[in-house]
Amino acid sequence: MLADYPALGLFILLTIAFPVAAMALAWLFRPKPKAAEDHEKFLTYECGVDTRGKTWIRFKVNYFLYALVFLAFDVEVLFLYPWAVKFQVLGAFAFIEMIIFIGILLIGLWYAWKEGALEWY
Amino acid sequence: MEPLFINLAEAFTGWMISLGLDPGWAEAVLLVVKWIIVVTIITVNIIILIWLERKVSAFFQERLGPNRLGPFGIFQTIADAIKLLTKEDIVPSAADKLIFKTAPMFFIVVAVMLYTVIPMGKGMQVINLNVGLLFFISVGSLSTIALLMAGWGSNNKWSLMGAVRSVAQMVSYAIPLAFSLLGVVMITGSLNLQDIVLAQDKWWFVILQPIAFITYFIAATAELNRGPFDMPEAEQELTGGAYTEYTGMRWALFFLAEYTNLVAVSALMATVFLGGWQGPWLPSWLWIIIKTYAIILVFFWVKWTFPRIRMDHLMSFSWKVLVPVSLGNILLTGAGIYFCRWMGWC
Repeated sequence: MLADYPALGLFILLTIAFPVAAMALAWLFRPKPKAAEDHEKFLTYECGVDTRGKTWIRFKVNYFLYALVFLAFDVEVLFLYPWAVKFQVLGAFAFIEMIIFIGILLIGLWYAWKEGALEWY
Repeated sequence: MEPLFINLAEAFTGWMISLGLDPGWAEAVLLVVKWIIVVTIITVNIIILIWLERKVSAFFQERLGPNRLGPFGIFQTIADAIKLLTKEDIVPSAADKLIFKTAPMFFIVVAVMLYTVIPMGKGMQVINLNVGLLFFISVGSLSTIALLMAGWGSNNKWSLMGAVRSVAQMVSYAIPLAFSLLGVVMITGSLNLQDIVLAQDKWWFVILQPIAFITYFIAATAELNRGPFDMPEAEQELTGGAYTEYTGMRWALFFLAEYTNLVAVSALMATVFLGGWQGPWLPSWLWIIIKTYAIILVFFWVKWTFPRIRMDHLMSFSWKVLVPVSLGNILLTGAGIYFCRWMGWC
């Protein structure tokens, strides 16, 4: 089984060559404008109007709240997968344990829901 | 016809060894050949799919669709590809150049990597990983980062807006996506995709796991940023979201990666829920193609039927409906397995 992973690594290296080759092919054919000569073309696109202010500003906090809830559930997924693989072998005790575990997380979801973390303002 | 490709691969390896090559190196050369085949499949698929999507959408809207180049306009995509190849490559001077340039490449690499674990026939797989399903989920969720890189690197308000929207959406829908596959894992007791296919010789998992199939389909539509969940790139209000600043080949790579993801996810759905390569009469590698295309057509059908969903509805649908339902499905599956044992059926 371990020999699969070097193969995977080789496959990643080969795959990186694919977009590089595509870009190289396009480079052969395409016209190459120069930023110095064609200033307007390289401006940020905003439907014809010059852009104002910075783009990289502080963003709406909602996104962050969703990310936090996601983190809790993503870790839960990590715990659930090995359990699901061995579900048939482990017996009823593991099943009850996992019901409790999921129950605790559902309380967490309910709390986030109650506190309004899942609302979009 | 059935073991055609396996026999070809074995003959090729045998030939390489007979030339005096070390067996390990022969395997490596075979992997390169497999990679060439995968990339060819992807490229040909994209050309067909873009044409097909335009034709299908035209059919839904009572238009003709592309009909000038070749019979039924089939060469339209090739003409488009040549056009994109000859377009100039504009990197905005305000952009974060490194991130801007690597984002499309990262996206396509991640999308192509998904094909390593999909069983394309009986015993036909690029690499038969024992954690194939987990690999697919984890690598598939990396495309979120590619979109964030594109949006952030562009230094454009449209792009950033599209990027944060798509991250919020994909992150939310990744949870039900992973949860809905758990029921299948519980029944088969394996993450190997070939084992999952073999476990379906009697009943397809779409019959045993109907709730999981539906939640997976909805979550996958959102993960693929396809309509009705195409808020992140909503052309009418965001001018293309994270792709706004991209031109020529870089934009084409994004487009390519999106369709590559679509095919990969459809193939995974066919594998996990619709019995994979199993089927009567026809060879196994033909069955997986038929099933994959059937699911892709359903994706097209959904996209061109439903209007776009509002952002707040979209987020609350994932957290308030899909997550509880898919969690309930896990408990239901567990209870079902015990009930089945108790009744002595399995």
